Amino acid sequence: MLTPEFIQARILEALPDAYVRVRDTTGGGDHFEAFVASPSFAGKGMVQQHQAVYAPLRPWLQTGELHALQLRTTPSIPETPPWQP
Amino acid sequence: MAALTPELKARFDAETSQHRVVLYMKGNKLFPRCGFSAYALAALQAAGADVHTVDVLAEPDVREAIKEYSGWPTLPQAFIGGQLVGGSDIVRDLAQSGELQKLVKGGG
Repeated sequence: MLTPEFIQARILEALPDAYVRVRDTTGGGDHFEAFVASPSFAGKGMVQQHQAVYAPLRPWLQTGELHALQLRTTPSIPETPPWQP
Repeated sequence: MAALTPELKARFDAETSQHRVVLYMKGNKLFPRCGFSAYALAALQAAGADVHTVDVLAEPDVREAIKEYSGWPTLPQAFIGGQLVGGSDIVRDLAQSGELQKLVKGGG
């Protein structure tokens, strides 16, 4: 069972400049939703942006501990967060 | 052992080049077995795509091999014109921006 804080920490290790929000969508510790904004996404396609977020989470995606991660990525940090944690 | 055998790679190459829109998904058109797969399929169809679907639950070999083939770690996975477009989130964003219809139509 994973936590939003754990997912967030793994993403931040890979993308230190990112603004990251993660929430558990079911309460089960395996379905999450993440919003990731990082200047490093500028000029990159959506596939590359999502790959950059998936990369540090691969070990848990592979074992199925992380079953689903809904992702929204953008290069610019929003004035208002997409949701409250 | 690698999940992506030469035979499966050849199959994916053929599948994604022979069909303009291919969706590797959990379940099939009649019975999607995952909300994200169902969403991606519906969005592609709404964009006018004639979607060729592959049920990874019916073919366990394909389930891991397609992830290796595409370098994409989750399912569903949509391919348009032989290129990985992404999973259900990217399909959603492309549908909302109107890009998906253009991709499905091709040309350009």
